[in-house]
Amino acid sequence: MSNEQTVLMDGAGIKRALTRIAHEILEKNKGVEDIVLIGIRSGGAFLSDGIAEQISNIEGGTVPVGAVDITLYRDDCSGSLPHHPVGKTEIPFSLEAKKVILVDDVLYTGRTIRAAMDAMMDFGRPKSIQLAVLIDRGHRELPIRADFVGRNVPTSQKENVQVVFDSANKPIEVLLEK
Amino acid sequence: MAEFKHKHIIALRDLSKEDMELLLSTAESMREINSRDIKKVPTLRGKTIINLFYESSTRTRTSFEIAGKRLSADTVNIAPSNSSATKGETLADTALNLLAMKPDIIVMRHAVSGSHYFLANKINCSIINAGDGAHEHPSQGLLDMLTMKDRFGRLDGLKVAIVGDITHSRVARSNIQGLTKMGSKIYVAGPPTMLPPGVEKLGDVTVCSSMNEALEDADVVMMLRIQQERQGKTLMPNTREYSRYFGLNPNNIKLAKPNAMIMHPGPINRGVEMSSYVIDGDQSWILKQVENGVAVRMAMLYHVCGGELE
Repeated sequence: MSNEQTVLMDGAGIKRALTRIAHEILEKNKGVEDIVLIGIRSGGAFLSDGIAEQISNIEGGTVPVGAVDITLYRDDCSGSLPHHPVGKTEIPFSLEAKKVILVDDVLYTGRTIRAAMDAMMDFGRPKSIQLAVLIDRGHRELPIRADFVGRNVPTSQKENVQVVFDSANKPIEVLLEK
Repeated sequence: MAEFKHKHIIALRDLSKEDMELLLSTAESMREINSRDIKKVPTLRGKTIINLFYESSTRTRTSFEIAGKRLSADTVNIAPSNSSATKGETLADTALNLLAMKPDIIVMRHAVSGSHYFLANKINCSIINAGDGAHEHPSQGLLDMLTMKDRFGRLDGLKVAIVGDITHSRVARSNIQGLTKMGSKIYVAGPPTMLPPGVEKLGDVTVCSSMNEALEDADVVMMLRIQQERQGKTLMPNTREYSRYFGLNPNNIKLAKPNAMIMHPGPINRGVEMSSYVIDGDQSWILKQVENGVAVRMAMLYHVCGGELE
């Protein structure tokens, strides 16, 4: 893969998209009641903080935010693949009867979301699980779709989409690498 | 980020600082699973783990079994009393027969030091050492390091006193190997009959002439069990005299730093190496060690499954 990069979104664009997603989440769920945000490590966890901030700016109050590491739920873990380091899952509240909004940076095959949904079920029985992503790049391998999308980007499977974060874990830009 | 390349975990001597840091960081992540209502993740689904224990064990065997089950592996336990070893089968034959049943990991405890290296050359599944003779007990070393890290947030620069029967202690050897690589300083003390010659060459180890010297300003005091089943009667006159010179009590613990942590690998001979006051006191981290054992063993099982055959 050569290093030809295109900037798909800049920091301001990402912020606008997250603000719109925050509005859509509130609209669809008619307020903040029973909503919890769970970010998928690592990119999704950073973005969920941004969405939670926007939600409290709009509605007031705070939304519980957790983070899930899906390494232990991956479907390519068995076999002789080198093992990925395991990050921390931090969900310090019950998901029972909550409306869980899963947050990820890039939606691609859907396998990460499948793993994250399995993890959610191990924490109780949420009322519903909804999915918010910054970028949907297509090429799904499982019957999964996002409820809230920052931007749809048609890509080829040879390309790579990357959300870049700064040292304070704030999103700076979205890159398409060819 | 680092990758774990080992297929077996036999001794902390074979692991690098980075390997141990990766295991400890994974263990920290595993800990969260143990506090859930549903304490299970599907990671090792379909893997078979055989716990082959030629020596008795409560803590280690239960801990490895729970660790395997929480990762969804199937675990089978073989105890010495009901294994074919009582009928005269050799270790190599037992292993080859077990191997024919296609396990992915064998967790073994054996009285002979180095028996795991002997087996690792003969079989093609992973081997984890749950204690071999007076050699090493890597899972105990790692869980001790995790517990110290919980308390101090670091291992670098800690003064660790290890007191007791160093000669027979695989726990001491694993801790010396591991802690030295992590930058801790180790002070050992015990009756001269229980201090192996050359122990100072194993790592950053200072041999102390008395227990008080080892305790002075220690951050961690690790007491070892008097292994009455291993040693002959000649190593010490009696347990009362041992307790007087090398037992931890409310008086000599004051030599260590205030709030120094007290550890013991278990099982404890109450009133011999430690007084009940110390075992059950505020400074005791003994049960936290046991709790951390499950997370550490989950990390070990997880990472050897991704390791490559050496």
